[in-house]
Amino acid sequence: MTDTYPIIRLDGVTKVYPMPAGEIRALDRLSMDVHLGEFIAFMGPSGSGKSTLLNLIGCLDVPTAGDIQINGLSVKALSDDARTNLRRDHIGFVFRQGNLLPRLSVLENVEFPLAFQRRIRRTRERCLEVLVAAGLPPDLSTRRPGDLSGGEQQRAAIARALVNDPEILLCDEPTGNLDSKTGEAIMGLLTDLNREGRTILLATHDPRMAAFAGRTVRMTDGRIA
Amino acid sequence: MILLDLAGRDLRLHWVRSSFAVVGIVIGVTAISAMGILGNSLALSIPDNLTSVGNTIVIFPHISDAIGIPAGGGLNLRITGHELEGIRSAAGSNAVVPIRTGVDRIMGGGQAKTVALYAMDPADIPVLLEKESGSYLRSSPGVMVGERLAVENNLVVGESLGIGSGEERLRITGILKERGVGIDISPDYAVIVSDTWFTSRYGQRDYDEVVIRVTNPEDIDGVKAAVDDMLNRRERVVDVLDTRKVLRTIVDTFNQVSAYILAIGGISLAVAGISILNVMLMSVTERTKEIGIIRSLGVKRGEVVRIFLAEALILGLLGSAIGGVLSLAGGYLALNAMFQSSKYLSAATTLVSILYGVAFGIGVSLISGMYPAWKAAMMNPAEALRFE
Ligand SMILES: Nc1ncnc2c1ncn2[C@@H]1O[C@H](COP(=O)(O)OP(=O)(O)OP(=O)(O)O)[C@@H](O)[C@H]1O
Ligand SMILES: [Mg+2]
Repeated sequence: MTDTYPIIRLDGVTKVYPMPAGEIRALDRLSMDVHLGEFIAFMGPSGSGKSTLLNLIGCLDVPTAGDIQINGLSVKALSDDARTNLRRDHIGFVFRQGNLLPRLSVLENVEFPLAFQRRIRRTRERCLEVLVAAGLPPDLSTRRPGDLSGGEQQRAAIARALVNDPEILLCDEPTGNLDSKTGEAIMGLLTDLNREGRTILLATHDPRMAAFAGRTVRMTDGRIA
Repeated sequence: MILLDLAGRDLRLHWVRSSFAVVGIVIGVTAISAMGILGNSLALSIPDNLTSVGNTIVIFPHISDAIGIPAGGGLNLRITGHELEGIRSAAGSNAVVPIRTGVDRIMGGGQAKTVALYAMDPADIPVLLEKESGSYLRSSPGVMVGERLAVENNLVVGESLGIGSGEERLRITGILKERGVGIDISPDYAVIVSDTWFTSRYGQRDYDEVVIRVTNPEDIDGVKAAVDDMLNRRERVVDVLDTRKVLRTIVDTFNQVSAYILAIGGISLAVAGISILNVMLMSVTERTKEIGIIRSLGVKRGEVVRIFLAEALILGLLGSAIGGVLSLAGGYLALNAMFQSSKYLSAATTLVSILYGVAFGIGVSLISGMYPAWKAAMMNPAEALRFE
């Protein structure tokens, strides 16, 4: 795998947050390659820059310096719309709290990323399939997210992240709110998705969860330790 | 559509502050459409009355500007037979119709009612009024009744009408054509009687007004001047109005009133716009996290704008729809009060003014939604996601 072109390349990525009390250097000249099909866990203390890194890779924000390439495409040069397209078509996000939209049903949440794309048909069937693939019984699909357990919410969030069939899944402490048994079940699901060929980047504090990944990268103060 | 769904659910969640914004739009739209309806109906009604307008001079006894002191020293504010002779000679060959007016109770169609009475020489009636059915009054005692009065009280030709305390009964010889409100006379709810009957019944010899119908409209100013010259030389005895001038005064007054109401409409739309702006800004702030989430799902800036504009649009549509219905209902009532008829309401040009009001309401909502929508779209998604 190492001789293939990296799906993600970080090249001196720096993120600085200007704050009144002085700037915060959340990422400091970080360089690394991620190859297609890898499952990498980023570990490190709170504030070491894990979330910042995933957000930059997911094009939710842009580096202060350095560049990120995704599928060989340099993010630096892209417009906001182009970055959003990249995110929509190639990247799925799973967050700690699930981040489901509370006023929509589970199924509507999963449909949401497709709502703005007219080219996709048979959305309802596809969304139900994805929900089932994420291990959620179809009869939960009409419920509001608030009526689901934490583990079920995370499965719904994973289904929503998968609905556009992205190559890359960015998971920011997806098990942080779950007990260890439920957390391990979620990690099992992510492992299955990785076996299907999806590239997974995971941020976590928990070594037991990191153990599911193929490679662990330790971070401190915005650098790779 | 999930987009409208989302907007609708958010508005329902905050229905109190949303309804304030809607009320503002309703007031603004109603004021603007109501003005349009009234203005247009007035414009439409003018040609209707114009036949009696361009060629009519009306002469009333002059009432002193100092309240309570009648001009001319006399208490009897009427036009005398002598003055009438002066008017006749000033009018030349044009038709002169002296009129006595009164108010009395009538019994007809099983109901008692208080109505206006107009007394004229039967020979003059065809000069001012057209008949709908029956025949004109001849010298024999009888009455003609106005169209609205006849319809609303089921009065028919041949029936007899009781007038006054003695309930003297007079036969209805004819029904008049509907004529609307005029500055000379307004016969639609009135009873027309012969001058001889009126004088013997009420003892009134002098006249309450004199109408001149000029054959050639261009003579109006000349005849007016001649009447003035004849009667008002030493002191002001009569007021000479021509209907064009009265009409102009009515239109001027109306324009002032409508400017005032339009200002109210404009202000309430502006207030509504600001309150929509506020509602939306609050909504954007509260939904910061949600904006971050949907951006992380691949929703573009332009699509965020659409989500929030949809919300503003819902408020605008709701307010404008309610305002449109209210102005239809209000217009119906106002027109009935002003013209005794709502026939102008269904005119295409009148209905268009409601469309104007509605378009204004929707436009204002969209414009006030723009800044909040833009603000939402320009948020940094990563920062928005950190919002709790
Ligand atoms: N939008 C922001 N504005 C200012 N400072 C920020 C912002 N985002 C992150 N930071 C700072 O950057 C540093 C890295 O934050 P980050 O969230 O990436 O850490 P993390 O490794 O994910 O921590 P945790 O394990 O607690 O989630 C922290 O000091 C944080 O306070
Ligand atoms: Mg974090």
